[in-house]
Amino acid sequence: MLNIDSLENGIVIDHITAGKGMTIYELLELHKIDSCVAIIKNAKSSKYGKKDIIKIDNLPDVDLDILGFVDNRATVCIIQNGQLVEKKKLALPKKLVNVVKCKNPRCITSIENTDQVFTLCDEKDHRYRCMYCEEELRGVR
Amino acid sequence: MRHLIDQLDFSLSETERLLELAEKISADLPAYAHKCDGKILGTLFYEPSTRTRLSFESAMMRLGGKVLGFAGSSSSSAAKGESVADTSRMISCYADIVAIRHFKEGAPLVAAKHASVPVVNAGDGGHQHPTQTLADLMTIKKVRGTFQNTVIGLCGDLKFGRTVHSLIKSLVRYEGVKFVLISPSELRLPAYILDEVIKSSKSEYVQTDSIDKVMGELSVLYMTRVQKERFFNEEDYVRLKDSYILTADKLSSAKEGLIVMHPLPRVNEIAPEVDSDPRAKYFEQAQNGVYVRMALILALLGLEEGILDKEEALC
Repeated sequence: MLNIDSLENGIVIDHITAGKGMTIYELLELHKIDSCVAIIKNAKSSKYGKKDIIKIDNLPDVDLDILGFVDNRATVCIIQNGQLVEKKKLALPKKLVNVVKCKNPRCITSIENTDQVFTLCDEKDHRYRCMYCEEELRGVR
Repeated sequence: MRHLIDQLDFSLSETERLLELAEKISADLPAYAHKCDGKILGTLFYEPSTRTRLSFESAMMRLGGKVLGFAGSSSSSAAKGESVADTSRMISCYADIVAIRHFKEGAPLVAAKHASVPVVNAGDGGHQHPTQTLADLMTIKKVRGTFQNTVIGLCGDLKFGRTVHSLIKSLVRYEGVKFVLISPSELRLPAYILDEVIKSSKSEYVQTDSIDKVMGELSVLYMTRVQKERFFNEEDYVRLKDSYILTADKLSSAKEGLIVMHPLPRVNEIAPEVDSDPRAKYFEQAQNGVYVRMALILALLGLEEGILDKEEALC
């Protein structure tokens, strides 16, 4: 049995779709923070069978848009003094700014130093398009 | 301040008012000869162009204004690595309105975000070409009188054909327009336009690789060039470039009232013998390009009241 200490002050990103934990870790750039971070892969979930969990020992600013984009099934629990003080549900963001890069070589963002902006074009299928060239975002999540 | 970056930046009623103004201008050019006295159009053409650039210049000159700019990125500071954003800020100091053509998709949107004067997309890569669409719409309206119940065949490079993309976006706003999409499988319409523009508007459409099979049902035939500059692979271009060549013989099965259009330049897609057919309207289409650009300049500069509704923030 794997044991990870409970948090006194920190963030637990729970109910992450199994396999997406590392993607979230990278997109949130958790490797850059100085706090203790634990990634638990394929934990048992009564609701989903398997899930990933990320625990961050500290309260850094977490970009909920990135989380909502990668996995809007996940929940964000804020722990203070060992108590759960807030549980945030995620929504699919309408706009992603500087989260992912457009891969279309014909897009102006391939040569211009400008914000990378994707807008939600289909909420049902979670599809995003580059604001500049309208290329659909693929293969990130 | 308004810009024209995407066809849908103008509502249907704004587009129709703009076309009406273009019609008025075409009927009485002298009445508009001094409307833009003292105004300057900046033309940022990073990519080669004959018709679009000259028609923009002609439009401004016919309105009494002046033009400055460059043609080809090698003759501008883009060759030194200047960004589109900086060039836009700079041209805003020199001109009252800007037309930009760029080989990268979305460049006019970047320009509009940084310019302090109205910006017009004069073609961005294989993406959009909204002023060509205004010329196309004016041509169809002048000949047919209406867009309703038009069966339009779009033929050739539907993948990279920016004029096709913009035209479809505009025509789905009219009832009863049927799209006949004629292309080799490699150059089919991008899925996002088919799904999010044609299908979502519930417009009727068919996809085919044969122009002969559908010729008889068309009321408009919009030919396009397979664009060498959009291919990364020369072999693919050579294989596809002569997929469709419109000849007098092929037109024999077409309706009497057909309109043959082409955004030009053509290479081999329309045989010269077709030029004398009264159904060939592509040179008239190029002429209409001047009138719609005159109307657009007047509208964006606020020199003609009641064309555009109100100022809208850029997304």
